[in-house]
Amino acid sequence: MALQVSFREVVKSFGPVRVLHGVSFDLEPGRVLGLLGENGAGKTTLMKILAGYETMNSGELVIDGNAQRFADSRAAEAAGIVMIHQEFNLADDLTVAQNIFLGHELMRGFRLDHAAMRREAARVLQQVGLDIDPDTRTRELIVAEKQLVEIAKALSRRARLLVMDEPTATLTPTETERLFALIRRLHEQGVAIVYISHKLDEVERITDEIVVMRDGRFVARAPTASVTRQEMANLMVGRELSDMFPPKALAPDGPSLLEVHGLSVPGWAHDVSFDLRAGEILGFAGLVGSGRTELFEGLLGLRPSSGGEIRLAGLPVRFASPKQAARHGLTYLSEDRKGRGLHVRLPLVDNLTLMDLDRHARPWLDHRSERRALQQAVAEFGIRCNDLDAPASSLSGGNQQKLAIAKVLQPAPRVVVLDEPTRGVDVGAKRDIYFLIRRLADEGRGIVVISSELVELIGLCHRVVVMRAGRVQATLAATQLTEEELIAHVTGTH
Amino acid sequence: MSQAPTDTAARSLDAALEPASKPAFASRLRRRLVGARPLIGLVLVCIAGQLLNADFGTWDNVMNVLTRTAFIGIIAVGMCFVIIGGGIDLSVGSMAALIAGAEILLMNALAPHLGSAASVVLVGLAAAVTMGAVFGLAHGLLITKGSIEPFIVTLGTLGIFRAVLTWLADGGAITLDGTLAEAYAPIYYGSLLGLPIPIWVFAAMAFAGAYLLNNTRYGRYVQAIGSNEQVARYAAVAVDRVKIVSYVLLGACVGVATVLYVPRLGSASPTTGLLWELEAIAAVIVGGTALKGGSGSVFGTVMGAVLLSVISNILNLTSIISVYLNAAVQGVVIIIVAFLQRGRR
Repeated sequence: MALQVSFREVVKSFGPVRVLHGVSFDLEPGRVLGLLGENGAGKTTLMKILAGYETMNSGELVIDGNAQRFADSRAAEAAGIVMIHQEFNLADDLTVAQNIFLGHELMRGFRLDHAAMRREAARVLQQVGLDIDPDTRTRELIVAEKQLVEIAKALSRRARLLVMDEPTATLTPTETERLFALIRRLHEQGVAIVYISHKLDEVERITDEIVVMRDGRFVARAPTASVTRQEMANLMVGRELSDMFPPKALAPDGPSLLEVHGLSVPGWAHDVSFDLRAGEILGFAGLVGSGRTELFEGLLGLRPSSGGEIRLAGLPVRFASPKQAARHGLTYLSEDRKGRGLHVRLPLVDNLTLMDLDRHARPWLDHRSERRALQQAVAEFGIRCNDLDAPASSLSGGNQQKLAIAKVLQPAPRVVVLDEPTRGVDVGAKRDIYFLIRRLADEGRGIVVISSELVELIGLCHRVVVMRAGRVQATLAATQLTEEELIAHVTGTH
Repeated sequence: MSQAPTDTAARSLDAALEPASKPAFASRLRRRLVGARPLIGLVLVCIAGQLLNADFGTWDNVMNVLTRTAFIGIIAVGMCFVIIGGGIDLSVGSMAALIAGAEILLMNALAPHLGSAASVVLVGLAAAVTMGAVFGLAHGLLITKGSIEPFIVTLGTLGIFRAVLTWLADGGAITLDGTLAEAYAPIYYGSLLGLPIPIWVFAAMAFAGAYLLNNTRYGRYVQAIGSNEQVARYAAVAVDRVKIVSYVLLGACVGVATVLYVPRLGSASPTTGLLWELEAIAAVIVGGTALKGGSGSVFGTVMGAVLLSVISNILNLTSIISVYLNAAVQGVVIIIVAFLQRGRR
């Protein structure tokens, strides 16, 4: 029996930041629904409310005609709704069978019924096409297998509606094919599926219907067959894509600012070479795990690197720490904003000036000079905040990101590496950041943009380096930059 | 963001003062009130003390309490840096005992060779502070370069320091020679402008500590590391060096505290400095610093240290609760403070 789910004016805020502004739509039973939207559109939050991980501030969730409010994910599971997160919910030290039955252990009197759980686990594993011993430690599985374990877990709980959040983000093309085959099979068995993604080609292939969300609002729904990819993209962004990006400037042809020849980061990147000119925006494309982030962490001295030659403005350099790199005029913004980019608990000022305290210390810290720097950054980078003394966590995602970018620019670097600069940022802030990056390049800096969003790389970069399995697969010039070309190189099917 | 109960009180107070149109003002006032909590607590306890026993507020008693607070207070100032930086040091009590013993042995040995007792004492002072700094350096290196948890490293040295002292003392006490004791005594018993020397030293260390934390690059880096070490590392902060320096500072603070403590009894024994680590950590926590690091204040720490010794002083002066329950009352205070701080991020 398929579920009939309706959202009615669902509102959700995290602290001062409202992420859902009254979302209403129905999920047709027995469909594979593609839920589309940019990062920060609120699609994950909405689905977390459906699956009992978050509670809504107001609105209604109607399931089979009854208004529901799930207290936790167990309650949602009891109703047949299971969500598979981007970050898996598996305890690495438990076995596969233990994970599948975590919180729902089968009992025999007072004792755990190990045999029955092993048997049942083997059955659902077979159903998802995963041929492993249920007693395997989860730690030993690769990512794709963990995902299948999550699906098996959902099946063991008799899921009637399965929500998958960016399920292919970390999968190879073959693994993705296997997942799609499984989705089709589940669909035939009557399981409804909500497929959250911003990969339009996948959505086009696997879903019957799409719902588009933008900035916490419902935007549109349509049968998948009736819309083109271009139309989907425009709906997600809310304007013609071409408006999102600053007009393209000609690629600069001056001398190289940063040259890297044959650099290796053991375990991640092998024999990587590229060069970056002053005023150039150089993109780095690749799948998760292709070694892009790790390459630059190696370059910065955050990981051991070996071999090769690095030249900055013609002079050979080698950085043992980010401090040395910053001194030479190279700074890096991590893709992990909360974990590595910003001190979310500390005030805005402390975050902004952390990399450039030398300028504000004579030798005692000059708090007024720090504050001036903050006021200047707020104006220059368009950071919206109503209290300059509040902690960074009070800002919205987009404004946090602007603050983080302002921070790595404080030491006035010549080369800036921005890793996923628009992750978790709403559409308006995205556009601001694109124009900001262009301005930084026009000022004569060299900019590296690592991104998983092909549209972004195509719209913004002069050239794009494609990495695959730790090696440079191709370096594409502006004239070669198309989505098809990039995907072919990224997945190694060129 | 969840808030502690007192925040709610502060907010309604703010609302009365200012219409909601000025959130910046309201939140600034709220932050001020949060920072002043340890002081408010101390004032309330002092009022209670005065009501319970009129002797509490006398000059002599106040000086007595503050002088006794100086040892723990000075150590707590150093501990404050280590804890804000996300670390911990369990060894400070044992370290104080070993430094005291070694300092006395050194001074006794030097007495026949150096001319005046005063110069022997000066050498002793310098040696004690240096020793503390060196112990701190060892901790810092083991924790950063050796990648061992600070809890484990200092749990290890807690045992080592006290065992070495016990061995040096042969299980008994190490006592300072008579003439030296006389020359050394003013450091604890003397006073300047009416205030005992230990209070001056305590005040100086506290002001220096507060200035270091709030007005130098180093202080900012300590807070950044405790708040999120990875972010600090990615922001080009020399994380290892900053951490090592925080342990060296704490070691030096222990050295200074020991220097003040030695003339009080003129000896060191296996029970010297027993449980000082807990008192110092408690002072830091009561002062509003989060045990997981990132934020805290030297001012709060000083208030915390004074508050804890005022409580034990009140128990001494009154007979409501037995003095033997002193540690229990302090324990209750710590738990109450932790309860009030829960959920504050």
